[in-house]
Amino acid sequence: MEFFLVTLLNSLSYGLLLFMLSSGLTLIFSMMGVLNFAHASFYMLGAYFAYQTGLHVGFWPALFLAPLIVGGFGAATERFGLRTVHKFGHVAELLFTFGLAYVIEEVVHLIWGRAPVDYRIPAQLDFTLFTLYTTQYPAYRGFMMLVSVGMLLALYLVLTRTRIGLVIQASLTHPDMVESLGHNVPRVFMLVFAGGAALAGLAGVIGGNAFITEPGMATAVGSIVFVVVVFGGMGSLAGAFLASLIIGGIQTFSVALDYSILDILGKVGINVASTSAWHGLWSITISQTAPVMPYLLMVLMLIVRPRGLMGTRES
Amino acid sequence: MAAPALQLHDVRKSFGRTSIINGVNLSISAGERHAIIGPNGAGKSTLFNLISGRFGVSSGRIDLHGESINGLEPEIINRKGLARSFQITNIFPRMSVYENVRCAVLWSQGYKYSFWHRIDALDGVRERTSEIVDRIGMTKRRDRMAGVLTYAEQRALEIGVTIAGGANVILLDEPTAGMSRSETDEAVELIRKVTEGGTLIMVEHDMSVVFNLADRISVLVYGEVIASGTPQEIRGNKAVQEAYLGTEQH
Amino acid sequence: MLTETDIRHLGRSASTSSVLTPRRIVFWVAVALIFAGLPLIFTQSFALSMLSQMGIAIIFALSYNMLLGQTGLLSFGHAVYFGLGAFFCAHALNLIGAEKLWFPVTLVPLIGGVAGLVFGLLFGFVTTRRAGTPFAMISLGIAEMVAASALMFTAFFGGEGGIATNRAVGKAFLGVSYGPQIQVYYLIAGWCLVAMIAMFALTWTPLGRMANAVRDNPERARFVGYNTTRVRWLMMSLASFFAGIGGGLAAINYEIVTAETLGLVASGNVVLMAFIGGIGQFWGPIIGAVLVTLLQSALSNYTQAWLLYFGLFFLVIIMFSPGGIANLITLHKPVWNARLVQRLVPSYVIAAIAGAVMLAGFFALIEMIYHYEAKETSSKAFSYFGLILDPMQARYWIGTAIVLLVGMALVYGVRRVVGRAWENLTVELQQKGAV
Repeated sequence: MEFFLVTLLNSLSYGLLLFMLSSGLTLIFSMMGVLNFAHASFYMLGAYFAYQTGLHVGFWPALFLAPLIVGGFGAATERFGLRTVHKFGHVAELLFTFGLAYVIEEVVHLIWGRAPVDYRIPAQLDFTLFTLYTTQYPAYRGFMMLVSVGMLLALYLVLTRTRIGLVIQASLTHPDMVESLGHNVPRVFMLVFAGGAALAGLAGVIGGNAFITEPGMATAVGSIVFVVVVFGGMGSLAGAFLASLIIGGIQTFSVALDYSILDILGKVGINVASTSAWHGLWSITISQTAPVMPYLLMVLMLIVRPRGLMGTRES
Repeated sequence: MAAPALQLHDVRKSFGRTSIINGVNLSISAGERHAIIGPNGAGKSTLFNLISGRFGVSSGRIDLHGESINGLEPEIINRKGLARSFQITNIFPRMSVYENVRCAVLWSQGYKYSFWHRIDALDGVRERTSEIVDRIGMTKRRDRMAGVLTYAEQRALEIGVTIAGGANVILLDEPTAGMSRSETDEAVELIRKVTEGGTLIMVEHDMSVVFNLADRISVLVYGEVIASGTPQEIRGNKAVQEAYLGTEQH
Repeated sequence: MLTETDIRHLGRSASTSSVLTPRRIVFWVAVALIFAGLPLIFTQSFALSMLSQMGIAIIFALSYNMLLGQTGLLSFGHAVYFGLGAFFCAHALNLIGAEKLWFPVTLVPLIGGVAGLVFGLLFGFVTTRRAGTPFAMISLGIAEMVAASALMFTAFFGGEGGIATNRAVGKAFLGVSYGPQIQVYYLIAGWCLVAMIAMFALTWTPLGRMANAVRDNPERARFVGYNTTRVRWLMMSLASFFAGIGGGLAAINYEIVTAETLGLVASGNVVLMAFIGGIGQFWGPIIGAVLVTLLQSALSNYTQAWLLYFGLFFLVIIMFSPGGIANLITLHKPVWNARLVQRLVPSYVIAAIAGAVMLAGFFALIEMIYHYEAKETSSKAFSYFGLILDPMQARYWIGTAIVLLVGMALVYGVRRVVGRAWENLTVELQQKGAV
């Protein structure tokens, strides 16, 4: 029971983090038709900027500064990079973001080196929130969930209650119409891209010290976010939310489960000789299959229901 | 009497709560030239999309040569002998005129997904393609990349790609849209030539083209056929005059 | 509709006929002779290794372009088929060595090809149901799945260490044991020639042509009777076949296959190769494969920043010439045919100088940053094209910045010069009727 609850809470905070990332990606994709390969790179930059600025001004200012810097970087990417490539089509845009992800990782190597940096949870948040049976649940996880939910709520309110939000929503499906009504659609695009980047950066700020801050973090998280977006259905925020929680849950649970088919067989009294050819296969634990799980799920979803959980017919 | 080339039984189509086609009954005989006219938004293109398999019907039945083609994929319907053109030119822009037509010829010549035949050595393909390119009057421009042709040339190519597979039921969606008077006259002659012996169904706005080519006309208004008959009958039909002919001057 | 400029950016389709003219036969014979003669010119052992690597890369990149350039499928997981081919061949070689299997080593790459084909059919069935961006993501997902599985199924994939093998197994055929690198080179060169001819021939088949049609307008392809998913699936399987052959050759060449062989870095690499070379021409990826292999081998000896330069180079190509190097070459074809290349030479020379200045400043800056960050305790000064630069002294930073800024200004100015030269040239070409 204890294990279940703790893992559930962990998967919730991880799932919310995934949603912060996949929501930005979905928004950018829905509006601009660009799948931003470099989205996870913005996540990484958020973590690194938070670490660097945190060294000088502490965690709390960094919490606000880092996403802003990443957002500015996102705006510059859109303005000088994507806009140049836009005329060559979606494939070129996708490849541009792919190259960008590559370059960002190398620049991070250049400046901060290849080893993980010591980006720590701030002392004020480094305590036990509550004790569940025998496990101490860290306050920082609770803080992560708080920030995630708060940010997403703010996003929801901006999109549905403000004027700029309505313009963005309209531009999602009818950018030409919105432009003929006098709105500066290129500027809206830049705003959305920057906003998505900032959101990813914020996820990096709160996730980087909870997990790890190293140059490989972009690729590690990036592919999971893609799985989430495909699983949930491209272009659907609700789908991304559901998929984030499901995939986050499955990843968190599977990593923690150390059972294999061999164990189950053993419980029923069947013993497989260690020399048998099947032994190797049956001895694979669930935690060992954990890395494959999300991708397997994605492939299954594609076979059974190609448009994802809540996707619209075709992108 | 042979089964009609195309028959629609109480066909309906809705997108969500919006119903576009509200019970269309149509019977087109083999060898007939049939025009579908109607005001904008009447559902003419949607009807074509339903017949050619681009969309599925919400209810009702579509029969091609007596056989139901409901729910079939576009390529299957095409293989059964029905081909359509598009209102907005829909060709292969990076291929030459010749290559465009050749793509449309390949399946009907039986080569399917072959990767062991050298395409230039296929005499049947070459002859048929040259024949079609000649028929649409593009022999001199056959190596031009389709994306840089003039508008009228692209429309001619569109027709060429449509007929190249030898389909006996041809659907042409506003073939003369956007053309000048002389271009239209040329297009009409081309259409008359290439649909000789086959069944033609076309959507048109240009009344002179309609009355010039069509054996029979159906008038589609708000997703329903309000009249169907010979050009004479349609010209004299009061309901049609009110709904359509009377309010538009060409 | 497309304008002429758009089409130039995207790259033209192939020429209009596949007829085997005497000229074409001479061309392929010449290629074969060049392949055969290269080791006589480049005799050092590292050159031979690099040539072997290039041969493998050419097969891999060309197979990738069957997907991207021909069928319009952007895959981020093509190395899966390359790698699986490699693993199957490594196991085959080991079986041959243990005398449990009789199969000539010369034909072992075919085993890789079949492995690639089978998995291409299997995975392709799932992935080719979608195209465009969804396909790209799905291919990435499959690549991740296979890469993660590679660490799970250690019996077949050998875990972290991979599978080692020995290529000098089986009976020596006519004295050829594939022990020495020169023999391996000729094996690779032979397979490369065969694969090139086969893939080229494929572009001239009904499937090859319809793949182009599906790339350009999948909807229209359906309305002329073709199931687009089936076309994509078949192209995917064939491309995987050739990728598997490349993988088999890699197994023979390196005598070791690890999870990295089918990993995401390898998949990303082939995307870079194809794109830098140019996906609009059949021979584009060949240029990309050769160039990238060269850069990867050579550059890594001189600087730590080579991956960064690599990525930046890729970005520059995407932003300013997405048709790749091949497109840049074909742009000059009418100029070459009209024998007016000399019109461009002066402006190009100026551009080259400006570019060199800018790049000198830029590379110096990056190198300084790398050396500044280095953990060495002794002097951080380093040699840069003969000059000594010391990142610990401010004046070097200032000097580098000046050179870079001057270079950037020069390049900015030179753009207009080159543009004008092209304008005048275009007018002249049009007058001659060449354009």
